[in-house]
Amino acid sequence: MNPSLSTSLALAGLALVLACPVPAIAAAEVNVYSYRQPFLTDPVFDAFTDETGIRVNTVFAKEGLIERLENEGINSPADLVLVANVGNLAAAVESGIAQQVEDEVLIRNIPESYRDPDGRWFGLTSRARLIVTSKERVTPGLVETYADLTRPELQGRVCTRSGKHPYMVELIASMIAHDGEASAQAWLDGVKKNLARKPQGNDRAQVKAIAQGECDVAVINSYYMGAMMSDPEQLPWADSVDVVFPDQQGYGTHMNISGVVLTKASPNRENAISLLEFLAGDTAQSLYAELNHEYPIKVDVKPSALVASWGDFRKDELPLNEIAKHRATASRLVDTVDYDG
Amino acid sequence: MTADRPVTGRVKARWGSSAVYQSATPSRVTWPGGELNLPPGQRALSNTAVHPDRHRRTAPEVRYRKSIPGLRVAQVPGSPMAIPATTRRIFKRGQVARQRTRPAFSGWSALALLIAFIVCLPILSVIWLAFNPQENIWPHLVDTVLASYLISTLGLMLGVSAGTLLIGISTAWLVTHYEFPGRSLFNWALLLPFAVPAYVIAYVYTDLLEYAGPVQSGLRSLFGWELASDYWFPRIRTLPGAISMMVLVLYPYVYLLARAAFLEQSASVLEAARVLGGHARSRFFRVALPMARPAIAVGLAMALMETLNDFGTVDYFAVRTLTAGLYDVWLGMNNLGGGAQIATLLLVFVSMLIALEKISRRHQHNYQPTATRFRKLTRRRLRGQSALLATAACLTPVLLGFLIPAAVLLDYAVQNFSHSWTADFRQIALNSMLLSGTAAATAVAIGILLSYSQRLRPTRLLRSSVTISSLGYAVPGAVLAIGVIIPFATFDNTLDAFMRERFGYSTGLLLSGTVFALIFAYTVRFLAVAYGSVDASMRKISPHMDDAARSLGHSSTSILTRVHLPLMKSGVLTAALVVFVDCMKELPATLVLRPFNFDTLATHVYQFASDELIAEAALGSLLIVLVGLAPVILLTSTIDRSRELKAAGITMIDQPGDTRVPDRNAP
Repeated sequence: MNPSLSTSLALAGLALVLACPVPAIAAAEVNVYSYRQPFLTDPVFDAFTDETGIRVNTVFAKEGLIERLENEGINSPADLVLVANVGNLAAAVESGIAQQVEDEVLIRNIPESYRDPDGRWFGLTSRARLIVTSKERVTPGLVETYADLTRPELQGRVCTRSGKHPYMVELIASMIAHDGEASAQAWLDGVKKNLARKPQGNDRAQVKAIAQGECDVAVINSYYMGAMMSDPEQLPWADSVDVVFPDQQGYGTHMNISGVVLTKASPNRENAISLLEFLAGDTAQSLYAELNHEYPIKVDVKPSALVASWGDFRKDELPLNEIAKHRATASRLVDTVDYDG
Repeated sequence: MTADRPVTGRVKARWGSSAVYQSATPSRVTWPGGELNLPPGQRALSNTAVHPDRHRRTAPEVRYRKSIPGLRVAQVPGSPMAIPATTRRIFKRGQVARQRTRPAFSGWSALALLIAFIVCLPILSVIWLAFNPQENIWPHLVDTVLASYLISTLGLMLGVSAGTLLIGISTAWLVTHYEFPGRSLFNWALLLPFAVPAYVIAYVYTDLLEYAGPVQSGLRSLFGWELASDYWFPRIRTLPGAISMMVLVLYPYVYLLARAAFLEQSASVLEAARVLGGHARSRFFRVALPMARPAIAVGLAMALMETLNDFGTVDYFAVRTLTAGLYDVWLGMNNLGGGAQIATLLLVFVSMLIALEKISRRHQHNYQPTATRFRKLTRRRLRGQSALLATAACLTPVLLGFLIPAAVLLDYAVQNFSHSWTADFRQIALNSMLLSGTAAATAVAIGILLSYSQRLRPTRLLRSSVTISSLGYAVPGAVLAIGVIIPFATFDNTLDAFMRERFGYSTGLLLSGTVFALIFAYTVRFLAVAYGSVDASMRKISPHMDDAARSLGHSSTSILTRVHLPLMKSGVLTAALVVFVDCMKELPATLVLRPFNFDTLATHVYQFASDELIAEAALGSLLIVLVGLAPVILLTSTIDRSRELKAAGITMIDQPGDTRVPDRNAP
């Protein structure tokens, strides 16, 4: 290696060490491991810092943060874990990193079905698992329940994302909880027979596929509709479909949640609790509602105008712990019927 | 004098050993293959060749240096010289001192073993996890999806092998041996796709080629088709689609190493082949290709390991490989141990591949003819149709792998500039560059250390540690990250507990969640690349060089810095370049291991890319490509220059009076 290169690399290394963000020990702060994208959470955290002066430090990843916490043990710097689905919540609780919280504000703001009875996790937002149908090619009323997706009329017309995605797995888990494994398997098998293409892409991609005529019916999370409607390029996709809240005569529409867990190691417990209360409070709840079109979990906070325009609907009240319990079985069913194959 | 006595027999020397003979009185030794005169006080040096299969210890061929001044040797061509056992005995007992040039267990070996052990830790952690699954997943997998995981994985590997070999070798051969329009440009431009992350190119091509993309829309309006069923168009989100994407960004590995190998092949060997009547085709297939094979194998191994550890692309294309299965078992079924078992299976896969390749060329000798005169290659000028074809062959991969994706990204970046640009970009880009630079320097330094210690004193323990640690590349990044977290957190927590108990003082987490952990992870992840490239160039240096330098009184360290490193410059720079660009693109391990509020370009892009928001991700992706480009261009030209120097340097070593290898004993 020539001297100039090694010198510059050494300098680079030195600069890197100096450039490391050193968390100020004295300043009030709270540390968050987040499974949710920064562009969704940053506005909420900024509002929290503005209100309280407490700084929020984050690490975002889609996997591995719970394992990191588990190994860091009592010395972990993380106070809170922000999760995107029930699977993460269950994993956090199972790994034993969650700390119980008894807090009046949280109990008052978050309905019972959206929090752990033992206070180890709290839901923050909820989303409905909707069915969307092509305005042009599907007669209104043809699809009104999840079970309708297996109707023979829909052969070669249904699109979904991978059956292995947490949102699909949780929907299947709720079916297992309601009607048992055999019925869920029959449903999954029926939907597979109706698939227009191999499951692929995220929920947005399914709506796009309907707009393009590749499929006629899809299952998506509600906030994707909101996101598409606020993007001029994607607006035509959203415009090409009707929104159906399934199972209004049955168990109600399946809901999934994002949530939060306080860690056992939490070094800034007080700040963490104030962030928890803030997240369940009016400001954060309406920020979530407006920014990401999710349903607020606090009853008196209004959803965004768009989401409100879809009207009230009956939600499946199945406790989330029930769904968590059947996740592994649901994931196996997806393999058994070779849904993604 | 005893040396005049005719002697017979064979010496039982160990492979890789060498001996220096020095006589106090004039000596003459008759050898079966020649005659050797030793003036008083003059050293003669012989060493046994390093057999490619180092643990074989049967009778070696004994070699000698021609260039020791005053030493005259007449050799019957083609007959190996054997030192008769009696000669050795006589010399030992008599006035000749025999000196082992191979040092005993030294500081080098100790340091190498320590480092090799440390970089093995993450892999060992993953294997350890595999012993503790939450439940046994295999009955379920075997009953359901395992077969399809294996078939897609094998299909992907075969496809990527075929594609990268075809593109990498053919373009490397063209730019080294022929002159055609654009050659000097393609020489480095063929590396450009390397800077494009596979997941980014997957997004770009899906956007272009899917039903609503401009290509199909254009075709529809051109031919008046209306529905998808009116025509056939290849679906991009399929196994062949994933293979194409990976080939486009991974062929540069093969290109880079094949080109290096072709450049280093002595022109005289190819000329000999030509004189003996070999056609261009047979010269390529029977001489150049077999000689370049070890290097090409290293390139292919890297491409395949990257294929195996990829999750982003296969997930996006809904191709169910073992890696996709691993993520499903880990995250979907909440079974990290089960996931680690699949990771271990991937490791076995790769180890088998590497072993197969090694076995298949066990009897192949891989020294480059460094001792012979090394001549600069002359490129043949292509004209007319063949020149056009050559240009097209080189342009296609650059166009598909770089120009088109970069243009699409640029278009998106310009459109979305106002809401994609953040003031943090400078800091983020700086983070990426510093991190990648430090990791590249570390990985290359460790690669040199491991490779050189192996050369000085090959031991089984060190060899196995190096093999294990270089498997890091085949493990999916997020799993490797967990493998890094486990030993780091264990160390931190043990130290903390100790300090609390003994001194009532908590040290907390010293290493976990720091930039150091990140650099360590990068080093482990890309050590295979650094070590592979460094070791390949180190092996090409004939052991005679070491012996010559040692007989002239140089220490191991000084041989490394004054002989090897200058000769290996191109290999070292190649290693640094590849690791740097790989680190720029590294995503999954960075996400999990990084400190609070710390972003690299890749993680910044990912928050959008993970939601399939290609427009928002475009600017960041483009920056990754651009920042990765600078070293590609810079280093390629340095590598080429150093190769020319090397060619010249080796020629000079054979000439008397040359001072490149300082000769302290010379008058």
